Amino acid sequence: MLLNEFLILAAFLFCTGVYGVLARKHAVLVLMSIELMLAGVNLNLVAFGAFHGDVIGQIFALFVLTIAAAEVGIGLAIVLLIYRNLHSADLDDVDTMKG
Amino acid sequence: MIAENVAFGIIAAAMALGAIGVVRTKNVVHAALYLVVVLAGGAAQFILLGQEFVAWVQVLVYIGAVIVLFLFGIMLTRAPMHPKDSLDNDLRWPAAVTALFLVGILVGLLVHTFHADKIEKLQVNGPVRTGQITNAIFTSYIIPFEVVGVLLLGALIGAVVLARKD
Repeated sequence: MLLNEFLILAAFLFCTGVYGVLARKHAVLVLMSIELMLAGVNLNLVAFGAFHGDVIGQIFALFVLTIAAAEVGIGLAIVLLIYRNLHSADLDDVDTMKG
Repeated sequence: MIAENVAFGIIAAAMALGAIGVVRTKNVVHAALYLVVVLAGGAAQFILLGQEFVAWVQVLVYIGAVIVLFLFGIMLTRAPMHPKDSLDNDLRWPAAVTALFLVGILVGLLVHTFHADKIEKLQVNGPVRTGQITNAIFTSYIIPFEVVGVLLLGALIGAVVLARKD
């Protein structure tokens, strides 16, 4: 297996996530796109770990997984607060601080 | 060698289609289910790379917990199942140009830098055992491990504080 196969797949996942973060309007969908980006990064870490025959890639992937779980928890709590206050989870409606 | 590459191709195609589904579908619940496809494909790629522990952690944490959290988030924010207007904002084309530009740069750089590198250590060393991971975590990486545990605790308490009604 070529290392590049995995890296290019990871790059594709990351860029799809970037598109989703920029183009989606619903806050939960933006969080899902962020998860896509993190999945791409994890694939990168694990592929490099396998390439070097080292466990450190897997360990860093585990840390990324943990932090992603924490991020989703906090993110959804914030989305819930936005929904409670504005009665909409639409990010275009969150413009209170717009000058 | 051939079988590995065929397996990679099938899983990669499923992951790519799933990823496009996440950012293109008009139904919010379908987006969560497409995300399951991408994450399960990721776990399958990890197994293909001989890194089985992180693959099963991905299945447990992402597919088991994070997707359920997303579905609860969709439910609690009353996300539209059959929206009349689009779920995308009017930045769709600039966003597509940005993503294509980024993927072009990344693929170009990767092909230029790693064009001849093969993952060969897998054949020599075999798959990574869970015991090796735990030995490394509880010796060399014990401080980051504890810090990430405290971070997770803080994040969960913060989520409870933010989300509760008072």
